[in-house]
Amino acid sequence: MAAVAPPTEPQFPLPKVLTYPASTPPSLITQGAEGRVYKTTHLLASRPCALKYRPPKPYRHPILDARLTKARISSEAKVLERCWRDGVPVPAVYAMDPAAGWMMIEWIEGIPVRVGINGWLGERPEDGAETPKEDETPLVDLMKRIGTAVGALHRTGVVHGDLTTSNMMLRPRQGGQLENGCAGDEDRAKVVEGDVILIDFGLATQSMSDEDRAVDLYVLERAFASTHPRAERLFAVVLGSYKATFKKAPSVLIKLEDVRLRGRKRSMIG
Amino acid sequence: MTLEKLDLEHIPPAYQVYAALFRNVSNAEFLHAQLLSRNSDFEYAFIDASSVISRLHLLSAVYSAVNVLLDGTLRTPNVHSEIVVSMNISNNIADAYRRWGITPGKTKDLIVVKVVQPPTAPQDDASAQIPPQQAIWDHLKEHVQGTPTPLTDAEIAQATEWPKVRKYYRLNGVPLLDRLADPQEKLRQSEQLAIMGMALRGL
Repeated sequence: MAAVAPPTEPQFPLPKVLTYPASTPPSLITQGAEGRVYKTTHLLASRPCALKYRPPKPYRHPILDARLTKARISSEAKVLERCWRDGVPVPAVYAMDPAAGWMMIEWIEGIPVRVGINGWLGERPEDGAETPKEDETPLVDLMKRIGTAVGALHRTGVVHGDLTTSNMMLRPRQGGQLENGCAGDEDRAKVVEGDVILIDFGLATQSMSDEDRAVDLYVLERAFASTHPRAERLFAVVLGSYKATFKKAPSVLIKLEDVRLRGRKRSMIG
Repeated sequence: MTLEKLDLEHIPPAYQVYAALFRNVSNAEFLHAQLLSRNSDFEYAFIDASSVISRLHLLSAVYSAVNVLLDGTLRTPNVHSEIVVSMNISNNIADAYRRWGITPGKTKDLIVVKVVQPPTAPQDDASAQIPPQQAIWDHLKEHVQGTPTPLTDAEIAQATEWPKVRKYYRLNGVPLLDRLADPQEKLRQSEQLAIMGMALRGL
C-alpha cells in the first residue's frame, strides 16, 4: 500500500559530517566509482557547497584504505589550491577532513558544458544534409573558453587526468545578460554562455610533461568525438585558444600527434 | 548584549557557539595570564582581530575546531585553543598562538569565541550546568576591559592589519590577487585564499 510516499531513505549511509543538522538537508548529486558528491552548506545557510566524500572501501585492508583515501583527498585539495592561486577557473576548497574522507568545495552554479553543447546542437537539423549557414559564434566562443581554461590549467603545471565536457561547468555570469547575445538567437545562445569552470580533480596530478598534457588533450578530443560528434570539427578552435593562452603549447600539440596515432596508453602491454 | 550566538551549519544542537568583539582592549596582559595559568573560568578563544579578515574567515576556523572536537582528535588542550590553531596554515602551534592568539602589550582588538559543550561527566550535576548566554556575557563584560562592539565584517575590517594577514596567509605575490584591481574583489579572494590555506593546513 503506497498510500504515503516513504520518507526518502538515503540510498547510502551519510558521512558522519552530514549527520549533524543543517538548514537544508544534504542531497546526493552524483555517485562515482570511488566516491559521492552531495550538495550541502558551508558554515552559513546562504553558502552552498559540494561535499565530496570517499567512503571507506570494505574490500581494502583498513590501513591501506585509510591511507589511500587520505592521500587522494589531500592531493585533490592541493591541486585545487594551486589552480586557484594561479587564477585557473576551479572550485575553491572550503573545508576538509582527509582522514574522514571528505572535502567541502565551492558550489558551481550552472550546467555541465556537455549539456550546454548538446542543448545547442539538439535544436539543429542532423548533419549530412547541407546545413544552412548558421551563426555558430556562441558555440565557437564556448570552444575558445574551453581552450583557454585548459591552457591555463596546463600553464600552472597541473594535468587533469579526466578532461571531458562533463567535467566542466558553465557558470552563468553575474548580471545575467551578455552583451554579445544577438537578438533573435538569444535563447539558443544562452545554453552555451557562461564561464567555463573545470571540476573533478580526483585524477589530477601535478605534471609539466608534454606527454601528460598531450594525453589530457587527447582524452578531451575523444570525449568530444563520442559525446558530441557534431561538434568535433570545432575541436580545432579549442586547440587554437589553448595555443594562445599557453606558451609551451606547440610542443604539446606535436606530442598530441603521436598520442593520436598510438592511443592514450604509452605502452601496449597492460 | 553584543555576545552573539552563532548558528553554524553541521554542528550538533548540544554545542553552542558564542562570539563577541571588544575594541581597544586594555588588559590583554591579564587575559593572557589567565590562559597561561589554565584558569578554567577563562575557557575562551581569544583571537587578535588584527589578523582576522572577516566573519567567514573566523567561522571557518571555529567550524574546523568543532569538527576536530567532535572527532575526538584535538591536538591542543581544548576546543578554544584549537580555534586559534585552526587559523594557522601550518601545523606550528606556538606560531599560531603568537599570530592569532592574544599578545600582551599588542592586542588591541579582541575577538572572543566560546564553545559550550554538553557536559561529559553526568555525575557532578551541580557544576556541569551549561552556562547560559547571559552568564557568559556577564563574565566577559566583567573581565575584558574594552569596548563591546558588534561582530560585523565592517568592524573586523577596521581592525585588520593587512601586512600581517598577507604574510601569515602567504598572499604576497599570488598571481590571482595581483591581477585584481577592485579592492572589494581583492578582499573576497584574499578571504577565500585564507580559508583555503586553513582547510589545507599542513599539507
